[in-house]
Amino acid sequence: MTWFHPHQLTRRAEVGRLFVILIFLVLSVAFFRIQILGADRYKPQSLNNRLRPIPLPAPRGLILDRDGVVLAENVPGYTVALVPSDPTTLRNTLTRIAAIASLDSAGIEAILRRYRNEPHQPVTVLRDAPFPIVSALEESRVTVKGLMIQTEPKRSYPYKDRIAHVVGYVGEVTEEELAADEFGGARIGTIVGRDGLERQYDDRLRGTDGQRFIEVDALGRTVNDLDRSTWGEKPHQGDTLRTTIDIELQLFVASVFPDGWRGGVVAMNPKTGEILALYSSPSYDPDAFVGGMDPEEWRILSQATDHPLFNRAVEGHYAPASPFKLAVAASGLSRGIVTLDSHMEVPCEGGMLYGNRYFRCWREDGHGELTLREAIYHSCDVYFYQLGLQLSLAHLLDDGVKMGFSRPAGIDLPDERTPVFPESIEYYNRRYGPRGWTSGVTLNLAIGQGEHAQSVINMVKFYAKLANKDGVARDPYLVAGNESEESGLDLAAADLAGLREALEMVVDSGTAVGARVSQLRIAGKTGTAQNPQGLPHGWFIGFAPAEDPDIVVGAIVEFAEHGSSVAPMVTNIIQRHLIGSEIEPSRLVEYLLPSDSAPQPTPLLPDTSLMRRTPSEAGAGGATQPR
Amino acid sequence: MERHSLDRSLIALVVVLLGMGLAALYSAGQTDVPSVVADVWKRQLVWIGLGLVAAYVAFRLSPRLLEWVAPAFYAVSVLLLLMTLFFGVGAGTAAGTKSWIGLFGVRLGQPAELAKLATILMLARMLGGRRHPPGSIWESLPAGVIVGIPFALVALQPDLGSAIVFIAILFGALYWAGVKPTLLILLLSPGISVFMAFGAVTWSVWISLFTIFVLWTRPYIVEGLAIWFTNAIMGFAALQLWDRLQPYQQNRLLSFLNPDVDPRATGWHIIQSKIAVGSGGPFGMGYLEGTQKRLAFLPAQHTDFVYSVVGEEFGFLGVLVTLTLFGTLVLLLLRIASKANDPFSSMVVAGITAMLLAHIVVNVGMTVGLMPITGIPLPFFSYGGSFMLTCFVAIGLTLRVSWDSQGLRYLNV
Repeated sequence: MTWFHPHQLTRRAEVGRLFVILIFLVLSVAFFRIQILGADRYKPQSLNNRLRPIPLPAPRGLILDRDGVVLAENVPGYTVALVPSDPTTLRNTLTRIAAIASLDSAGIEAILRRYRNEPHQPVTVLRDAPFPIVSALEESRVTVKGLMIQTEPKRSYPYKDRIAHVVGYVGEVTEEELAADEFGGARIGTIVGRDGLERQYDDRLRGTDGQRFIEVDALGRTVNDLDRSTWGEKPHQGDTLRTTIDIELQLFVASVFPDGWRGGVVAMNPKTGEILALYSSPSYDPDAFVGGMDPEEWRILSQATDHPLFNRAVEGHYAPASPFKLAVAASGLSRGIVTLDSHMEVPCEGGMLYGNRYFRCWREDGHGELTLREAIYHSCDVYFYQLGLQLSLAHLLDDGVKMGFSRPAGIDLPDERTPVFPESIEYYNRRYGPRGWTSGVTLNLAIGQGEHAQSVINMVKFYAKLANKDGVARDPYLVAGNESEESGLDLAAADLAGLREALEMVVDSGTAVGARVSQLRIAGKTGTAQNPQGLPHGWFIGFAPAEDPDIVVGAIVEFAEHGSSVAPMVTNIIQRHLIGSEIEPSRLVEYLLPSDSAPQPTPLLPDTSLMRRTPSEAGAGGATQPR
Repeated sequence: MERHSLDRSLIALVVVLLGMGLAALYSAGQTDVPSVVADVWKRQLVWIGLGLVAAYVAFRLSPRLLEWVAPAFYAVSVLLLLMTLFFGVGAGTAAGTKSWIGLFGVRLGQPAELAKLATILMLARMLGGRRHPPGSIWESLPAGVIVGIPFALVALQPDLGSAIVFIAILFGALYWAGVKPTLLILLLSPGISVFMAFGAVTWSVWISLFTIFVLWTRPYIVEGLAIWFTNAIMGFAALQLWDRLQPYQQNRLLSFLNPDVDPRATGWHIIQSKIAVGSGGPFGMGYLEGTQKRLAFLPAQHTDFVYSVVGEEFGFLGVLVTLTLFGTLVLLLLRIASKANDPFSSMVVAGITAMLLAHIVVNVGMTVGLMPITGIPLPFFSYGGSFMLTCFVAIGLTLRVSWDSQGLRYLNV
């Protein structure tokens, strides 16, 4: 039988038909599995395929002064980004727009590195791009694939350098910080606080980034910007920070601080601990950091010899000098060793012999017989040498620790360092060896010199306690709502009042007589911090009104020995705060700061050169000339 | 004498499929970022026009003439295939192969498509001339050689998909010629050995089963030994053969087995196609609305993956409709083959059926990961001139066979 027989063919066609039907059934089942059973799986995949989340940076929270004046705000800035498809295309695109966007090869590499870290995110090319670049790029949008120009909130500081050290500045988070997770929730490109309140309260200020979606094709080209309202999440602005700063006063402080001088000023409400003004000179413009700083500019700023980024009011440590004598007096009073009217054994004749050394008073003629009250008024070194000795070094140190000289003031600003203050005599043993020092250190310590360095803010905190009737003050703070701690002096109210009177006399007719303001009773204390590196630094800490102070202002001016106006500047500030702006700031007051400290330079810490000093050199301190 | 008429159902089926194919092709061109694919449907229209002419010519050709001219036609197409090896150019979505004959920079067509028809005719002439079906491997050898030559040449291009189609034509024709299924399995076994050789376990199981099978079917001793050793050699040669494959071919086979091996490169096609088809759901995203397609996530969406567009935009419903139409077409061809007047005509239609079935199954199966990505076109859907002409000629020939069969049967028992 031939194969071409109808019966044969029909049978084969029958089998073939079954085979074909089977095959098509298998195909249908395969599609059923994917399209009906797998739809839930593939639909979202299809969606994810084409939607790319674009982070919408949240505006940082505002920083306000105590009356709601804006200290840090957000203005719209242009961010240029690229939605990349692959590294080669990205590199080509970058090379093409390099001329327009003024990118150098290092900049391109940095962008590519950023892309490799987060390859599915749009990569930021320029942050805070100037308008001419933006418009030039906008014109070439057709040829530049994946170009995205977004308005992003940009930080702005209306008061610029006049409040820089309080608000701080912002910058893009670095790769190292991301790796260390220093800023929780930050991603590449997040703007974080770098200093000041921006850094301290970064987590509150930063807010929550939103996101929107763009539709991209397989090559990463943006096809469609999807409507934000239906798809994305809106960014949530960070919290608004209401600070205790009085911007009027702050601006005044900045204006009266002598131009070209270095130093720091802190104005504080002693009753509440609120910081009213905080200024460090020289300052910097925090706006310069917005959108990334030019490396050259950064080099100049960070390596400048006068360190403008350094907050001298908080981070700077200086020998507390004469203002510390009040702590010694308080210690003596609280221990009952002296009263305000006690005399010392040795009257001041321009110095005193201790051991085999002669310790000078700042006034060579001597002060004669003095009560404690008068000793404060005259800032007599000889009196306090003896008071320190009577107290003994151990008690002096103990009381200093109790009064807070060994701890930071606790202000809510980053980088406040622990002051230099020996917590016990062990410190000297460790440093110089058990026999390497003499009780001569007591004498230095008693006049605020020696191994002792305090920040302006910490001294202001101490004076706030003196200013308050009960001798209790809160830790200084800048942002309300922080329950700051309270600490007080262990002194009878009468003793405190006496100390205040003595301080008032200082301004009225004592060492700060030039700072007297007729309408106000101001109390205060001058100081000259011996500085082994050069001219002494000038201190003044004052409060007013003396009977019930509302403000304590402390200031230090570095190398201020000649004709600077520390005390008048401070009284000017006080007067401005309490009386108002009727009186023009008397910047021209020629005032010679009294050299009311021991004339011989004594070691000032922290200074690394001191660490190498031999025990005999450092141990003696003070005046070393035997008479 | 009976009245002759055109096979209206075949024509209607082809017209409907062509219409759907054009619609899918138009949709495939509608991407959000316009590309050259956008206007490809217009060129497809030109090919359809040329195809109508070709189909008419094929319809007018006497089967006797075709039978007579088959060897020459076959020789020419083998010659053209040889030429592609030396002068072949790649193009479009098959840029990596040398499938086209190009003259002075103009692509004249893909000889592989022509060779499919020529092989079908040559096979039909050879097998149709036999009184009895090939009963042994030795008797099947001439058919194997007829298909083997173009198969080898196409595989060398390398065009894996068309090679598969040639195998399908061979086995379809042998089956239609009445070759016993056991013999077909014996003939197919070396190919199976190639794939079984990749795992030691699968290979041992396979070769044991095959040994039992050979003993059971009891072929001639020499043939039995020969086929057994061929299998063994194929198994051992498979790994060497694997090394000789182009990397992209290796990857295609690998990612067929597991698309996630390389989701960015080779697996990409399968994954994206599955996402497109899967996101279509039961009723599809709507005509022209497929996002995978719009956003160019689908690879070669106007040629190899045109069916993914159908799946994405018309959903399971659209797939069922098109698959039913394709299935009906194949069954219709099968019926025409079984009703043909003469063995040659019957063989020709059978070969055409096998060819179209292979194209449909491989192409459609590939969009859901059932088949490896081999890049062969879907009849009436995929863009491509040579294959469109081939399909039209095939339909023309089939219509002629159908027409003839309405008259006197060549052998009416």
